[in-house]
Amino acid sequence: MPFVNWLKRNLVVIAGLLTLAYLLLPNVIVTVFSFNKPKGRFNYEWQRFSLDAWKDPCGVSDLCGSLSVSLQIAFWATLGATLLGTLIAFALVRYRFRARGAVNSLIFLPMAMPEVVMAASLLTLFLNMGAQLGFWTILIAHIMFCLSFVVTAVKARVMSMDPKLEEAARDLYAGPFQTFVRVTLPIAAPGIAAGAMLAFALSFDDFIITNFNAGSTVTFPMFVWGSAQRGTPVQINVIGTAMFVVAVLFVLASMAVGNRRNRHKA
Amino acid sequence: MSTLTEAPPPLAPEAPEPKPPRRRGRWTPYWLLLPGILWLLVFFALPMIYQASTSVQTGSLEEGYKVTWHFATYWDALSAYWPQFVRSVLYAGTATILCLLLGYPLAYLIAFRAGRWRNLIMILVIAPFFTSFLIRTLAWKTILADGGPLVGALDTLHVLDVTGWLGWTAGDRVLATPLAVVCGLTYNFLPFMILPLYTSLERIDGRLHEAAGDLYARPWTTFRKVTFPLSMPGVVSGTLLTFIPATGDYVNADLLGSTDTRMVGNVIQTQFLRVLDYPTAAALSFILMAAILLMVTLYIRRSGTEDLV
Amino acid sequence: MTNKTDPTGDVRLTGISKTYGAFTAVHPLDLTVPQGSFFALLGASGCGKTTTLRMIAGLEEPSAGTVSLGGQDVTALPPYKRPVNTVFQSYALFPHLDIFENVAFGLRRRGIKSVKKQVEEMLDLVQLGEQARKKPHQLSGGQQQRVAVARALINHPKVLLLDEPLGALDLKLRRQMQLELKRIQTEVGITFIHVTHDQEEAMTMADTVAVMNAGRVEQLGSPADLYENPRTTFVANFLGTSNFIEAEVDSKSGEEIVLKAGGGKLVLPEARCSAPATTGGKVLVGVRPEKISLTHADDAGEIPDGRNRITGRIADSSFIGVSTQYVVDSPVCTDFEVYAQNIDRDPRLVPGAEVVLHWNPAHTFGLDADQDADAGVEEAA
Repeated sequence: MPFVNWLKRNLVVIAGLLTLAYLLLPNVIVTVFSFNKPKGRFNYEWQRFSLDAWKDPCGVSDLCGSLSVSLQIAFWATLGATLLGTLIAFALVRYRFRARGAVNSLIFLPMAMPEVVMAASLLTLFLNMGAQLGFWTILIAHIMFCLSFVVTAVKARVMSMDPKLEEAARDLYAGPFQTFVRVTLPIAAPGIAAGAMLAFALSFDDFIITNFNAGSTVTFPMFVWGSAQRGTPVQINVIGTAMFVVAVLFVLASMAVGNRRNRHKA
Repeated sequence: MSTLTEAPPPLAPEAPEPKPPRRRGRWTPYWLLLPGILWLLVFFALPMIYQASTSVQTGSLEEGYKVTWHFATYWDALSAYWPQFVRSVLYAGTATILCLLLGYPLAYLIAFRAGRWRNLIMILVIAPFFTSFLIRTLAWKTILADGGPLVGALDTLHVLDVTGWLGWTAGDRVLATPLAVVCGLTYNFLPFMILPLYTSLERIDGRLHEAAGDLYARPWTTFRKVTFPLSMPGVVSGTLLTFIPATGDYVNADLLGSTDTRMVGNVIQTQFLRVLDYPTAAALSFILMAAILLMVTLYIRRSGTEDLV
Repeated sequence: MTNKTDPTGDVRLTGISKTYGAFTAVHPLDLTVPQGSFFALLGASGCGKTTTLRMIAGLEEPSAGTVSLGGQDVTALPPYKRPVNTVFQSYALFPHLDIFENVAFGLRRRGIKSVKKQVEEMLDLVQLGEQARKKPHQLSGGQQQRVAVARALINHPKVLLLDEPLGALDLKLRRQMQLELKRIQTEVGITFIHVTHDQEEAMTMADTVAVMNAGRVEQLGSPADLYENPRTTFVANFLGTSNFIEAEVDSKSGEEIVLKAGGGKLVLPEARCSAPATTGGKVLVGVRPEKISLTHADDAGEIPDGRNRITGRIADSSFIGVSTQYVVDSPVCTDFEVYAQNIDRDPRLVPGAEVVLHWNPAHTFGLDADQDADAGVEEAA
């Protein structure tokens, strides 16, 4: 029975591809429904093809405003978390100091805590301090929960870096600053970049913590959440699809450039 | 050669330190740590303390709250909302097991069978992240819509009869049932299972499979005795990364479920943002935190993987 | 290059030591490496040789003592201010820079603008002119090793430090690179200090070898001197193989010491005895396996007079091409090793045969009997 044998050998491949389909199905639906012209306020049922939403992505009030708020917060949160997280990662890998265990736990706990717990407790703090909820409280919260992820990403990279490389730089007349700029930073860069990208994605897509601490400020995920109650405009799907396409193209392009460079150098 | 070695000179005359040790380096780690750790202390650790204090306060919005060590709040919260707690653990646990069952073949496929497609599949696993998870969760409303092709097919195949009998679905609906919520949870946290699994599978030396085969292990035995045990670190961190956020999630229960599928996250959100009963909300979230820390600690102990970060 | 006898180019370590808490990695040590020499620090891992090297480079701060280069005290200088460069173990080539930039790194850090000509010349010297624009990971181990040498040498350091530079290469390439490094050293005339655990490597390349053990220099000298006149059992065992017999001083006559071992007598030139030899005292008598001749007991009468001799029985023999290695059991020493060239092999010399071992007394050396006769055996393995 050749077919049964083939099936046996490739069972794991088939199962894996089915999982992949499960992962990608919603994106397909999002894309398809960005060309829909729904009847009521909700865009859940297919009616007929239309390019209306693509022609006017900001056609819904507050949508592009919320997108801009999200992008700004994500930008600053990425910057803040990457800076603070990189410093911590270097301290953890490169130095011996007291309280290392405590620091490690403090880094690990935010990643092991359900978002709703952090969200609620942070709101308690802000209410107690009488802070005005809005852009700044969101930014503070985002830097807080992105920090640990940046530390983890950068730490992994710095740990795999040969400490002899820095010794070699010092041996070759590079002072501490030159060593850091010419050797340490370029080699740690992929880890820092990975951490920053993770932070950006986490911040941009965060809903739960933001929802608790946003006050009247509306980020893009909060806009989507609100529209799920009031009515989902097709423009949401347009933006979702566009982000997906841009991200995939970006990754493919950077991979192609990397490949070409390697082949060129070989 | 005029090279010479002599007997070591006595150390005593040299004993007073000839030059100052470089003091600059000693404080460097603390300066590096300071800003980030301060941030976490003020905006992560301190809020936990505030929350603990809030949970034992009594009072009202108008008159303000005072710490009265009113531990009864915990008891009241538990007795009122234990079904939501049980549901959270049940849904999150089911979703975690499903994630493991679905994610393992895909991670295995990427690690060992994908060949030149490896990078592409990797991108496809990560790419959905770039579309807001709320939009993607809303897409499940379309996929699972009443009378839609998927639900129709499940109905025709009498799958819905079985799931209905188990209490997972109601009648010919999938939306607004536990099945829909678990399906959404599984979907949302699947990448968090796949990535750590892939990382630990990828580290396994392919020759181990050959060695196992050489030592008379059939493929399935090879998997059970070699591959799976070696991928345990991935399994452990994958299940934790799935289970923890799934337990506290309220988005899936809200968008895909009904009032009968409310999880503890929904309760905390409602108490905090709508009912404004802060002590109850704080107590609930404290119980959730404690329960998760307890479960995670026990799980890590049992699986014998101590170092996760 | 500068005159080789110019004393200003010497590396001088004075009372230098390194302790980590309660552990002493390097005991106070005085060492002078003359300008222009190829100097090897030889020892097993953990003997303090790399720590010594790193203290010269400035990568490790000595707990006490001073380092001076050409008369200038550099102990307090950080590595980037010392006229010393290092070829690191496993090379430490910068993975993000290509070969050209790796080699140019030191020049650029010193603010030299036009580096192109120098770098190209240096790459030609190590025969890597074609590879300038490749990244380190695209080169073979041997090529990476040459880049590491070029990257250090281009700075014209007063001293080049090599930390196990050949450890990662396979045997054949290692032999080739040993000759290559020796050639480069002769060509540029810079002082090389080479750290290695490979005794053959040290002996092939260096003018002077310092054998280190447990944070101390055991013995220092030319390779031949160390091999022929070891002063401790550690050196005797770490450099090649030695046989030891515990003997009692019987008498002294002129330049020679006569010793009693078992039933027989052995002669040891006094100049080759590093232990105090008082009549009735104990001495460890050593002899290298290749100095010994093996004669079947039936032919014992043919052995010329004046040779040291011992009787025994062959326990084992193994044929290894150029020679045959015998293990002989004798009353004075079990497991006596003998290497015999494979010329005119006597077919009677098989395990079980009774034999006489004999050698020229001039090849005998005497050591202090208080030490462990097996010191250094494991380290050399």
